[in-house]
Amino acid sequence: MMNPEPSIADDKATGLHGAAYPDGAALAIEGVSHCYGTRKALDNVSFTVAPGSFTALLGLNGAGKSTLFSIITRLFGMQAGRIAIFNHDIGYEPGEALRCMGVVFQPRTLDLDLSVTQNLLYHAALHGISRREARVRSDEVLSRMGLADRPGSKVRDLSGGQMRRLEIARALLHGPRLLLLDEATVGLDVKARAEILGHVRGLVSEQGIGVLWATHLFDEIVSSDDLVILHRGRILAEGKVAEIVARAKARDLHSIFAQLTEIGLGSRDAAP
Amino acid sequence: MNAAIANQKLPGFSFAQYLTCLNGIVWREGLRFVHQRERFVSALVRPLVWLFIFAAGFRQVLGISIIPPYETYILYEVYITPGLMAMIQLFNGMQSSLSMVYDREMGNMRTLLVSPMPRWYLLGCKLLAGTVVSIVQVYAFLLIAWFWDIEPPPIGYLAVLPALVLSGFTLGALGMLISSGIRQLENFAGVMNFVIFPMFFASSALYPLWRVQEGSPMLYYVCQFNPFTHAVELIRFALYGKMNWISLAVVAGCTAIFMIGAVLAYDPSRGLSRRGPAGGET
Repeated sequence: MMNPEPSIADDKATGLHGAAYPDGAALAIEGVSHCYGTRKALDNVSFTVAPGSFTALLGLNGAGKSTLFSIITRLFGMQAGRIAIFNHDIGYEPGEALRCMGVVFQPRTLDLDLSVTQNLLYHAALHGISRREARVRSDEVLSRMGLADRPGSKVRDLSGGQMRRLEIARALLHGPRLLLLDEATVGLDVKARAEILGHVRGLVSEQGIGVLWATHLFDEIVSSDDLVILHRGRILAEGKVAEIVARAKARDLHSIFAQLTEIGLGSRDAAP
Repeated sequence: MNAAIANQKLPGFSFAQYLTCLNGIVWREGLRFVHQRERFVSALVRPLVWLFIFAAGFRQVLGISIIPPYETYILYEVYITPGLMAMIQLFNGMQSSLSMVYDREMGNMRTLLVSPMPRWYLLGCKLLAGTVVSIVQVYAFLLIAWFWDIEPPPIGYLAVLPALVLSGFTLGALGMLISSGIRQLENFAGVMNFVIFPMFFASSALYPLWRVQEGSPMLYYVCQFNPFTHAVELIRFALYGKMNWISLAVVAGCTAIFMIGAVLAYDPSRGLSRRGPAGGET
């Protein structure tokens, strides 16, 4: 008996190359490459983020983290490879893929002239959430992110940490199951950084949201985290932090990072 | 369990959700407009200066013969009113595209572009929002002009609305197309010199084309090929309850071309990806 011809529906489920995405992955990235002219920013990048896990994407400035985020969120077109969010291929089902995902970009993306609530309502509208429902959800996420007392404040009047928390609240408004945060603590003081990291880790443990946390700061990563080390557009290591360190027989993450990237690190808690 | 979560099917967007999205984008554009009061004032002052000062001086030197849609001799102020209405929309279209460049530089544009709604729909909503804002300005201008004895037939105020929607779309889509090709806010000043002024002056906004033809046949043809000329004529005829079919066809065609161009230019594979990440990002 002959096998039926593969259909478009099959292609959607399995991606262009025919192989199925890793079962149950919140985010599956396979063989993604990207060039700016002749400069290769990403070279055959592949890794997965499991639902309800905290995955740190560690890399120096220029490693390709933001480029990868731009591809995942469809700000950039895919040049090579494929990406699926909860089995929705971003090339074939961009709407479905984007609905499963909340994003906090490295640069601020809030409208400074609008109030906290107005920013949230605008985001909700872009996801087709009715005004009434959006108000209920806004109150919830603001309360969760410790901004319940600032709904009417102009965003311009918020501190850097509060703006970041608002961006996370906004990213959670449509109920995503995957949260991407690109250097979300850049420019914040130690206290604000700790607060934001605590909030995000709480989302993983309490709500089962999968998180991809791009950073260049070692102290934001703990040994139980999943880790992807990205350097000059290539993945150097992937797995649990403790496993990576043990496998390389290194002293700690700091040492293994220096060893893999062949750079000397002056600071104990931050890549240069 | 993970597989079950991963394979969960999402329903598509309903008509009501598309409307919610449209409503949200128009609401945000309206809020911005309200917050920028000086924008509203300057949008009104510009055509009023032309109407009160420029036209007052020119009415003595520039006679207007009886040309359609007018059925009698008219004052120069009456003639240029449709051109000034279109001018409001032209400047508003460019202002909207300027704000899109600003949004892109500030990062706000990402909020729009990572919405799960289709990108063409989002840009269409953005365009409609800009058009609504421009129409509010045009009617405010018409209200003031009425006190200056610019009194088109009452039906004209209603009949001109569809023409304003269409011309607002055309000029907004043109601005959107231009903004997709501009890398930095500073470069936008060139748009004033290379787009707005040539489009405005090489049109029938300030003088009838037969006058232009007398002076320079070549400029006459340039004016004929200028979509802004047809936007002005569409508004002029509609304001007097009439239809200029050629202008309608040209304006509708230009809207489609500019809109398709803008959507393609904002396509990630053809637009942003060429530019690389924003400054400071990696």
